[in-house]
Amino acid sequence: MLASLLNIAYLLGALAFVVGLRRLSSPDTARRGNILAAIGMAIAIAATLGYPFERAPNNYSWIAGGMLLGALIGWLAAKRVKMTAMPQLVSIFNGLGGACAVLLALIEFRQLDLFSTSAGLGPLLVLGFTLLIGAVAFTGSLLAYLKLDGKVWDSQVTLPRHSVVNLVLLLLVVVGMAYLIYQGPPSFNLVLIYLALALVYGFSFVAPIGGADMPVVISLLNSFTGLSAATAGLIYGNQIMLVGGILVGASGTILTVLMCQAMNRSLFNVIIGGFGGGATAKAQEGDQVAKTVTPSDAAIQLYYAQSVLFVPGYGLAVAQAQKVCKEVDDLLQANGVDVKYAIHPVAGRMPGHMNVLLAEADVPYPQLLDLDEANAALPNTDMVVIVGANDVVNPAALDDPGSPVYGMPVLNVWEAQHIIVLKRSMRPGYAGIQNQLFFHPKTSMLFGDAKDSLQELASEIKGL
Amino acid sequence: MEQLLQAIDNNLILIYLLAFTILLGFELISKVPTVLHTPLMSGANAISGVVIIGAILLLRQAQSDDYFTLVMGFLGIVLGMINVVGGFAVTDRMLEMFKKRKSSK
Repeated sequence: MLASLLNIAYLLGALAFVVGLRRLSSPDTARRGNILAAIGMAIAIAATLGYPFERAPNNYSWIAGGMLLGALIGWLAAKRVKMTAMPQLVSIFNGLGGACAVLLALIEFRQLDLFSTSAGLGPLLVLGFTLLIGAVAFTGSLLAYLKLDGKVWDSQVTLPRHSVVNLVLLLLVVVGMAYLIYQGPPSFNLVLIYLALALVYGFSFVAPIGGADMPVVISLLNSFTGLSAATAGLIYGNQIMLVGGILVGASGTILTVLMCQAMNRSLFNVIIGGFGGGATAKAQEGDQVAKTVTPSDAAIQLYYAQSVLFVPGYGLAVAQAQKVCKEVDDLLQANGVDVKYAIHPVAGRMPGHMNVLLAEADVPYPQLLDLDEANAALPNTDMVVIVGANDVVNPAALDDPGSPVYGMPVLNVWEAQHIIVLKRSMRPGYAGIQNQLFFHPKTSMLFGDAKDSLQELASEIKGL
Repeated sequence: MEQLLQAIDNNLILIYLLAFTILLGFELISKVPTVLHTPLMSGANAISGVVIIGAILLLRQAQSDDYFTLVMGFLGIVLGMINVVGGFAVTDRMLEMFKKRKSSK
């Protein structure tokens, strides 16, 4: 009786996942969708806790302790993280999910070894697969986290001919898996060696992938974690793990493809890496000099413009300058200037990241233009203010086939009348590519921290 | 070959479930505005924390003196729970901002 009721609870939980994901993909219902999915998860966990097993030791104190500790850490991390560090946090959460799957597979492998149970081909395959994908998702996500957080740079973790190294590792991983399964229940030590190999592969897999491509990688690793949850569900014959995991695996794959499309690149190209650094861009012609502008001149230009378009990038987020930017925006609008924001699909560190950051600063939705809208509006725009963006406004994407950004859709800011670039220094952007835009005749540079520069602009405009 | 067909026959319902869920996952996500990519990824990530169910099942059936399983399972529950609670909480925080923007219009 109780068991059948709890099976129905599982069914409800799985349905909540499906409907929740559906609602998450539309702006009006997204928040309720997320809550619904969370309720589904709560139902599933409660049903698992209450499921009647005959003579099970239960170990409820261990379980409760682990749940409380994990919930506390997760809650605090989620509440305390700065909005700019969001992508890193999602990445690390994802890695922990993968690690959880690895632990499960390890325990099961050990029990096979301990009791020398003979297992069929199927169960071994499932266990090996869970171990492998979980491990790759774990170390891959950790490295993605370190890269996004600026703790590790591409050059520090990339070997010469890294794609060959990866190919060899991949081969080893596949052969190792075949060996594990073919051998029958393997000794636990062998499993540990295989785990080490899988962990190294996860790290090495992400190593050559450029910083600007990290969102794509996180999305891909997210679908890996989903798959490992699904295969772990096969171990226990648990439907909700299977359904939840497969849903995430499938939707994560689609999301990955969508993100690649936004950057006009193929997934294969992303995984091979080389975005930034490696490729040979057009040689930098000797002594080009960029024009600079003082804050007061810039303020006057902006104040008397008909229309101003802000192009925010990650630099805006790092400097926590969203609110000051909104202040400048308000001051300009008070003088009748038409102010808009152009949001490139990959502005920030993840698609949609910039929208979240601007929403945090209370910028109204109608002021945000997407790539196509912005490019249509640019020829009729007086002033473009680029705040901490770089690669998404690089003209090389259109006219320099040698550049690594070639082919990526960009904002054609040079079609506007004037461009002001707020930037710390002439250092290249996150992808490590020089930008000819800074030497464009229409461009003036305003050097300094984005927040300080915007603050100066705001006080200059107030003084006018 | 015989064995393979036998295996497919025995797990027919499971295979149906797999196939339909994969298609469902594709369909659910195929038309999402870019704005929602980050929250969606984060929400999906929280759902992948469903792996915690496995850790709970395992611990409930572990022998009370099998400390390897107890400790590893405990660790699994902690990690899974961080993924679940943190994932849903952080997604809610992101989406809360979209809502605030609406009411301030």
